[in-house]
Amino acid sequence: MISFTIVDRQGRETQAQAPSGLSLMEAIRQADVGDLEALCGGSCSCATCHVFVESFDLDAMSGDEDDLLDSSDHRSAASRLSCQIRLTEALAGLRVTIAPED
Amino acid sequence: MADVVIVGGGHAGAQCAIALRQQGFEGSIVLIGRESELPYERPPLSKEYFAREKSFERLYIRPAQFWQDKDIALHLGCEVVAVDPQAKLLTLGDGAQMAYDRLVWATGGDPRGLSCPGANLAGVHAVRTREDCDLLMGEIDGGVNKIAVIGGGYIGLEAAAVLTKMGCHVTLLEAAPRVLARVAGPELSAFYEAEHRTHGVDLRTSVTVTALEGEGRVSGVSLGDGSLVAADAVIVGIGIVPAITPLIAAGAAGTQGVEVDAHCRSSLPDIYAIGDCASFACAYAGGQAMRVESVQNANDQAVCVAKAICGDAQPYRAFPWFWSNQYDLKLQTAGISLGYDATVLRGDRAARSFSVIYLKQGRVIALDCVNRTKDYVQGRKLVEAGASVDPARLADADTPLKALIA
Repeated sequence: MISFTIVDRQGRETQAQAPSGLSLMEAIRQADVGDLEALCGGSCSCATCHVFVESFDLDAMSGDEDDLLDSSDHRSAASRLSCQIRLTEALAGLRVTIAPED
Repeated sequence: MADVVIVGGGHAGAQCAIALRQQGFEGSIVLIGRESELPYERPPLSKEYFAREKSFERLYIRPAQFWQDKDIALHLGCEVVAVDPQAKLLTLGDGAQMAYDRLVWATGGDPRGLSCPGANLAGVHAVRTREDCDLLMGEIDGGVNKIAVIGGGYIGLEAAAVLTKMGCHVTLLEAAPRVLARVAGPELSAFYEAEHRTHGVDLRTSVTVTALEGEGRVSGVSLGDGSLVAADAVIVGIGIVPAITPLIAAGAAGTQGVEVDAHCRSSLPDIYAIGDCASFACAYAGGQAMRVESVQNANDQAVCVAKAICGDAQPYRAFPWFWSNQYDLKLQTAGISLGYDATVLRGDRAARSFSVIYLKQGRVIALDCVNRTKDYVQGRKLVEAGASVDPARLADADTPLKALIA
């Protein structure tokens, strides 16, 4: 199990655990944090699972993810679509903040 | 007695309950679902779940614990058969009654069935629920290989794509002269028809199904020209019928769906309707009354109603968007193309990356973007702005669409 921290839209922190192999979006959804919409279910077709991930060396994003993030008014250098991040041991201790609603 | 009773455990119903708690609603919430499953995502049923790329547990909209933690009472495997809007009382399938203060009707629809002889034979399937999918997958495991898909809409095409990849022999039968005729322009239809044929689908348009043949179990599909398509199983994907009978019987206005106003209110007091079963004047379709069958609409109408119940009523004006995955093609649709009078092709169909842009009286009303996410993201702004743009500039793939926003 991989431990990570979720910060919701109210700034509340939740400590969560999830098995490797899930996407970060699925892990956030399983963690009982109600904010994340993730409407397309993880197929990189929308931008409703937008999160901020600080100071972690993640895999580079695809062109589609990059383009979809451009649809958000809240995009920052830390922006990612959580459905596109695969949980691995290397991400233990990750701190992920759910982006404001667009 | 519950403060809010939500009828329907699909995307709209589940999201309404979630949003009520997010908005701080402290009253009691009951969610009644006809299926015995916890609320789950439906789109993967014709995509990743069907292809066995995702287990069912990964489709849950929220984990089981969530509903308990949020004090949302799930009544699953349970159907509402009658509504008494004066007494504010529901009658359930087992005869039990349940009182509500406010009712949210989020029942979606039932798969439209065929009316021809043989429609009830074994081996005839819909793709709407987990049970539908599991039955069909079980048959495929048991050796079913020749499958006729009736209906060339998104469900039928997505199912055909998955089945073909699994090694099944698929015949797709569409009554209209082209697939996707109800929702997209001819350029998109022609492209998808060619793709499916390239992948081995025997795709036929302008065909009528006159009967399903077989003794007890389906063995073939008879067509209007007298020919027979052999089939071990049949998938019927010809749309849905909104599940609104009890509410209409109770006096709610509506024929093709529950009529709702800009706040998703039905004509009956304290009864809302949302998602696939709700008919509303769609701001992105020139105000035409219509049902919008999509996850986006289900979700956003649910949030609209949750906010209204919590005292923050805002008219529904969410932007419509859709997606469909077939083979390695990612289709993203922004807006509703209904009523378009011109189309512009942008990009390269041969390279499998292009957009069809729909115009009405010179304004951009919708885009279908195939493997072209940038156009989808940027084109959406053109639709939202109701922008009038020179078609020649829209067609110029070297000019980003965002450069065309005045």
